[in-house]
Amino acid sequence: MLLTGCAATPLGYLEGSGSRSATILQSLGWGFTAISCVVVIVIAGLIGVGIWRGRVRAAAEASDVGREAGGVKAIYWGVGLSIPVLIGMAVWTFLSVQALAVPSSSPTLAVSIIGHRWWWEIRYQSPLYPADIVTTANELVIPTGVPVRVDLGSADVIHDFWVPKLGPKMDMVPGRTNHTWLQADREGTYRGQCAEFCGLQHGHMGFVVHALSPKAFDVWVTRQRQPALVAGPSPAALSLFEVKCAACHTVRGTTAAGIYGPDLTHVGGRTTLAAAMTPNTPDNLNRWLGDTQGVKPGAEMPQIDLSRVQRGQLVNWLETLK
Amino acid sequence: MSTTLDRPADWKAPQDAGPVDGAPLASVIPAEAERRLAEAWEDSPGLRGWFGTVDHKKIGIRYIITAFVFLTIGGVEALVMRLQLAQPNNNLLNPEQYNQLFSMHGVTMIFLYALPILSGFSNYLWPLMLGSRDMAYPRLNALSFWLYVVSGIFLYVSFPLGAAPNDGWFNYVPNGSAEYDPGPNIDVYCLGMIFLGISTAVGSANFVVTLLRMRAPGMSLNRVPIIIWGTLTASAANLLAIPAVSLACLMLWFDRNFGTHFYDIGGGGQPLLWQHLFWMFGHPWVYAVVLPAMGMVSDGLPVHCRRPLVGYTLVAMATVTTMVVGFGVWLHHMFATGLPSLALSFFSAASFVIAIPSAISVFAWIATIWTGRARLTVPFLFFTSVILLFVIGGVSGVMTASLALDWQLTDTYFIVAHLHYVLIGINLFAVVGAVYHWFPKMTGRMMNERLGYWVFGLMFGGFNVAFLPMHLLGLEGMPRRVYTYGADMGFGTTNLVVTVGAITFAGGIGLFFLSILLARLSGRPAGPNPWDGPSLEWSIPSPPPAYNFAVIPLIASRHPLWEDRLLAEDQPHSRLAEGYLLDEGKETLGVTPLDAEPDVILKMPGDSILPVLLSVSLLPLFGGMLLLKPWFAAAGAAAAFAILIAWFWPHPVLQREEQARMYV
Repeated sequence: MLLTGCAATPLGYLEGSGSRSATILQSLGWGFTAISCVVVIVIAGLIGVGIWRGRVRAAAEASDVGREAGGVKAIYWGVGLSIPVLIGMAVWTFLSVQALAVPSSSPTLAVSIIGHRWWWEIRYQSPLYPADIVTTANELVIPTGVPVRVDLGSADVIHDFWVPKLGPKMDMVPGRTNHTWLQADREGTYRGQCAEFCGLQHGHMGFVVHALSPKAFDVWVTRQRQPALVAGPSPAALSLFEVKCAACHTVRGTTAAGIYGPDLTHVGGRTTLAAAMTPNTPDNLNRWLGDTQGVKPGAEMPQIDLSRVQRGQLVNWLETLK
Repeated sequence: MSTTLDRPADWKAPQDAGPVDGAPLASVIPAEAERRLAEAWEDSPGLRGWFGTVDHKKIGIRYIITAFVFLTIGGVEALVMRLQLAQPNNNLLNPEQYNQLFSMHGVTMIFLYALPILSGFSNYLWPLMLGSRDMAYPRLNALSFWLYVVSGIFLYVSFPLGAAPNDGWFNYVPNGSAEYDPGPNIDVYCLGMIFLGISTAVGSANFVVTLLRMRAPGMSLNRVPIIIWGTLTASAANLLAIPAVSLACLMLWFDRNFGTHFYDIGGGGQPLLWQHLFWMFGHPWVYAVVLPAMGMVSDGLPVHCRRPLVGYTLVAMATVTTMVVGFGVWLHHMFATGLPSLALSFFSAASFVIAIPSAISVFAWIATIWTGRARLTVPFLFFTSVILLFVIGGVSGVMTASLALDWQLTDTYFIVAHLHYVLIGINLFAVVGAVYHWFPKMTGRMMNERLGYWVFGLMFGGFNVAFLPMHLLGLEGMPRRVYTYGADMGFGTTNLVVTVGAITFAGGIGLFFLSILLARLSGRPAGPNPWDGPSLEWSIPSPPPAYNFAVIPLIASRHPLWEDRLLAEDQPHSRLAEGYLLDEGKETLGVTPLDAEPDVILKMPGDSILPVLLSVSLLPLFGGMLLLKPWFAAAGAAAAFAILIAWFWPHPVLQREEQARMYV
């Protein structure tokens, strides 16, 4: 199974919360759902009993209009009982808003995430060396137990950053930087999804969040800082990449430095392809390269003209970029 | 034409609508007078009369039929989408087709069905309920209808060409900007919205003036049926809200075609400006498409419960309050845009507050059932189901009013479920109930009850099977507006259930249309008042004659037809069989706005093909703007201008009489 937790619904926010924020929202969700169900059942009961009473009256008396009095009291009672419930729900809401507003400690790690049609650019800034930026795509890796500051932007249209099991969603609006924060309390892989309609492949604009232990995260970041190990098995594949792919993609350590598509320096180490659409397997990568527009119609990546042999070489090489 | 003009000077205000001294009251209507009224009010024969009619009843029925045509189109679009979503990774539709379908589904249902159907009913019912012979501006009324038809065609011509709007009914920028959506799709949306906005605006103005001026003497504001309050409130809101969206669309059209930068960050614009303008319009609009329908329930349900509505004043005031507060909640569509939490909290609180007037209506309806003697007629079932569906849509609305919880709920299927419970639950179920309730009045024939129970069962069952599970999909995180979803997301089974429900629901609506057709052809004759209703429309034959009321009645209470049962003998009663005859040409009575005292005899215009010509002339105007062909647009504008000159050309007879009336 690609996603850990074996959750039946990877995007469900009423179960499997991975953070304090998500837990606050989870209890709010369950609480409000329960109140709503009770209200609907009570009203349905009132309607049912009302009809039954009406039928009884109609049978007992002539079914005709009479000088009816009363009934207005029912409105006062109904509204009078509704108002405290509404006030209670509002207070619960605002307490939750307050609790979600600030993390328990001030974040030491900042990540910029930029929405693109239809993928996610993720940049880590080292607090010590501002110029030392690690860029990756579609898979956000964070350490557990500490808040991570997330700065959200967009390169084109409005997107929305949402990891339901970790906390609330937030739009990514071009021309603005929205701030939010994430904290995973448990290790695991969480599913994220663009939640604002952004065009053709809005539905397949997913991502994943890997929450690692702080130690494992440090190992991961250190590895990400390294350029790709390009001296590997196939120099032919490298030159093929530089000819066919470098206009859009970057692989640090090679001459490929395109900025239109995802940074592929460590693409082999990612678990998914095409914005979390399919698992990252050689077969899927091969299919993606062979029929890009068939796999993801409308994707910005054009169909690259490659022979089968070339495609195989490229796939093998890309999968080595761990 | 002799003495008409002297009369206003003799009029006195009716005290409690008693007979007016010196006024031309007629008690027994001579056949001769009815013949003269018919002559004055009936349309010209042939095509000219068909295209030129200004009869509010014909316009109302045409509105209803056209809106049902659009409901069918929008429904078919929905079914195709449901087939696509019935299983994961389905490829019945490609993403572009799906995006056009969901955009046109929204535009169709919200703009071309939900409001026009209510305008149709209000058009038909208002003068009949108010005791008048027509709307205040009959030609404007016809214009409103024809503009609706022509702008609907304008929006739909692009559909078979594959260039229909594809950015949702909300059309967020910059996804809808020329850079990311270079085709004509969004221009169709912008211009179509402006086009349709003219129709809604003139229709709304007509309703407001009609309420203020076109009532029977004695029908003061606290005696009008609730549907009148609903449509009045909605119309006033439309007049305030439509400019926002028309402006927003015009600015987007400029951005897309002439390089302005209202929404374009590259030129200092703001994408969020669109959202503010759109929702300043959009939220009041969603109340505009339910308040008149809630009025249908408030007026229809009590008839089948055999008692007056409980809490008339509270319900009327709640209607207005909903709208007023409704103008202060638009930011709740923008909770996730990153605006400051303090500002959002105010809007969250206002969104909680809006539940209170809704609760008033709900408890008024329940109390009406509780203290009445319910007859389980088909309209009763539909009107009562509205209460339950409204409550379900209401509590899910309260959930989304919660700022914090909405950060999870927004843009998921939970919202899709919520808005369909509100729009189908309060609008469509009320409308179908209203068709069953008022069809006998419109056609003189009853609809089949047994078939009606089947219609209700299929619609109510299918609707809930389709939309109740959508709440679950939303809580499970299924985002909106996705053309497909992965098999590992866990949405598959629920979506299949939803699709089955949607097909059942559509079957119910199909059966409903069939039963309309059957009733039209062979329904049992209805008589003037088959439900024993209390309001004025039931006091005249079914279908009503062209002039509605042979004499304009005098009204003394809220339930003129139930007065023998509701009022004591010594209380003043309404007079329905005697009143102002006004048979010297096409005329009706104008009253003072608040107390409905007779004020003026209004000369009403006859049939005219100017409204349909003006509407059609706007087609080349907007078509030229769409295709950026200035000469084409200029030709349309010139034609429209010429028609307007003809429209406003002084009418010699009317002018002479207006002056006489002013100076006596």
